Amino acid sequence: MNEETGTLIRDGVPSILNPFDELAVEAAIQLKEKHGGEVTIVTMGPPQAKDALLKALAMGGDKAVHLTDRAFAGADTWATALTLAEYIKTMEFDLVICGKQAIDGDTAQVGPELAELLSVPQICYVRKIDISEDGKQVITHRETDEGYEVVRAKLPVLLTATKGLNEPRLPNIMGIMKAKQKPFEEVNIEKLGTDPDRLGLKGSPTQVRKVFPPEKKKGGIKIDAENPAAAAKQLVEFLTKKGAI
Amino acid sequence: MGLLYDRDTCTGCMLCPKACNFDAIEKDGDKVKFDLDKCVLCGSCEEVCPVDAIKIERKKIDSAEIAKYKDVWTFCETSDGRLRSVALELVTKGRELADTLGEKLTAVLIGNNIENHAQTLIHHGADRVLVVDAKIFADYTTDAYTIAMTSLIASRKPSVVLYGATNNGRDLAPRIAARLGLGLTADCTGLEIDEARQLIQTRPAFGGNIMAEIISPYTRPQMATVRPNVFKPGEPDSSRPGEIEKVNIEVSPVQVRTRVLEKVSEAVEGMKSVEEADVIVCSGRGIKDPANLELPKQLAKLLDAAIGGSRPIVDLGWLPPSQQVGQSGRTVCPKLYIALGISGQIQHLAGMSSSDFVVAINKDPDAPIFSVADFGIVGDIFTVLPEVIAEVKRVLDSR
Repeated sequence: MNEETGTLIRDGVPSILNPFDELAVEAAIQLKEKHGGEVTIVTMGPPQAKDALLKALAMGGDKAVHLTDRAFAGADTWATALTLAEYIKTMEFDLVICGKQAIDGDTAQVGPELAELLSVPQICYVRKIDISEDGKQVITHRETDEGYEVVRAKLPVLLTATKGLNEPRLPNIMGIMKAKQKPFEEVNIEKLGTDPDRLGLKGSPTQVRKVFPPEKKKGGIKIDAENPAAAAKQLVEFLTKKGAI
Repeated sequence: MGLLYDRDTCTGCMLCPKACNFDAIEKDGDKVKFDLDKCVLCGSCEEVCPVDAIKIERKKIDSAEIAKYKDVWTFCETSDGRLRSVALELVTKGRELADTLGEKLTAVLIGNNIENHAQTLIHHGADRVLVVDAKIFADYTTDAYTIAMTSLIASRKPSVVLYGATNNGRDLAPRIAARLGLGLTADCTGLEIDEARQLIQTRPAFGGNIMAEIISPYTRPQMATVRPNVFKPGEPDSSRPGEIEKVNIEVSPVQVRTRVLEKVSEAVEGMKSVEEADVIVCSGRGIKDPANLELPKQLAKLLDAAIGGSRPIVDLGWLPPSQQVGQSGRTVCPKLYIALGISGQIQHLAGMSSSDFVVAINKDPDAPIFSVADFGIVGDIFTVLPEVIAEVKRVLDSR
């Protein structure tokens, strides 16, 4: 953050595939390797989001869809989920796997909202994914505040991926070369065919009223521990006085 | 397009490029130009423009419809019959909001055999508790809980609904929002009512580098998930009156498309939860070796504290994920937080900086952790910590 102007410094910050989405892509590729099928990578975002799609293709995705249009800009989680849903509902699918959350907004809301708009069940924060022998059900380990729970659902279902699910592979040179040859579809508002009033800022029920830098807490006492025993004594005295011990 | 710029009206005062947090406005001759690929339509420039040369198209508010919604609700989560601590934090905050609005506070309790918590919620500030108690709600499932909440909301029309930003709360609230077409703000750390009786929802974004105030002007109820341990629960008042209403909501098993087969607790025996402890002793990379965690453990035992870890040492497997403090771990708010060998990256600070009292020991005098520490010692933890342990022991023994 630039302290003088209060703006975010974005120079040199590339558009990346965010870490939770990498887990989701890896999981999809592993399922394909084991059970067959096809992996389609879908994102909504500005032109530079293409890099993230190419990376996912290089990892092993089969085709990519980039939903991109100025009409999608300013979308909150609801409008983002709607845009994705409008496209995905035209496809046939068994599983939709999302990252648990993005690393900028980190709301973790788009996954569940998308599941609702697609009318499929959701299992959020999964660390392990298995498909039943008959290929009709998914059995997952879902992270909870206490640990995890084993949750089963019939396909199709939407999952969100969290840490521990897998170790995403790094794309190799062959993968990167092949990625450029794979089907890549760009979808704008006309192609999507949705009323623009329902998307982007216009379609967003929430609005950012103001953004500001967080209040900085000021540091307090800071001493050098040249004499560790004396420093310890000073600390404990201070804590006792403040009633912290 | 959302952003309209009237170049003829613009005076070239250059206030808007400074107001923009996304570097989307730059000087263009004696006026400005907008980079619409960077612009997120947040409206900062619109607000700062003295001559109204910038307009962001927004929807019209239907005030007649909005007036039909009133009262503040809190979704009070239980886990295996236990009321989560965030429920009391929500009720306390919800009470404050309801008082500002001059409206009632309703707590919603869903589960199986959980009615005994209703009184507790009343003692903490609820005017009414809606109890939805049935076997189908024994385990949390998205489908059953969504049906219960959407039925209640659609029929009774609250103005505000708050959820704890727990794993279940963050699973449930967006499902409800999508079903009802509502605005939802994640992980709020601040909630207020403005002069227009709107809920102002404040949340950190970009890993805590920026704070955003969010409103849901066109939809009701206004919904938010609230980060645990940010608002403090109030003292209970056992003389407070309140009404308990049992509500029967039918959910058929076929409507519940997920099944919980097994629940596994990962709580480590003898290790206190960082979210519920009054004192946390938290270690970072500076601890160097898992065997060295013995020192912080000794201190934690003396202070009846929880053991915490920063992301690097949890990623290395030195402590279980349940003990990780920070943005990708748990958010904590203890009375005393002791940071040992933690540099204090912004993601770590985001998870602990609202602690009442912070102590830091680190050998790097420039470590960012010192900027939030009430008491910092610049020194080697392996020489300082044994002295601190000895001193604490001496003081406690003398009591």
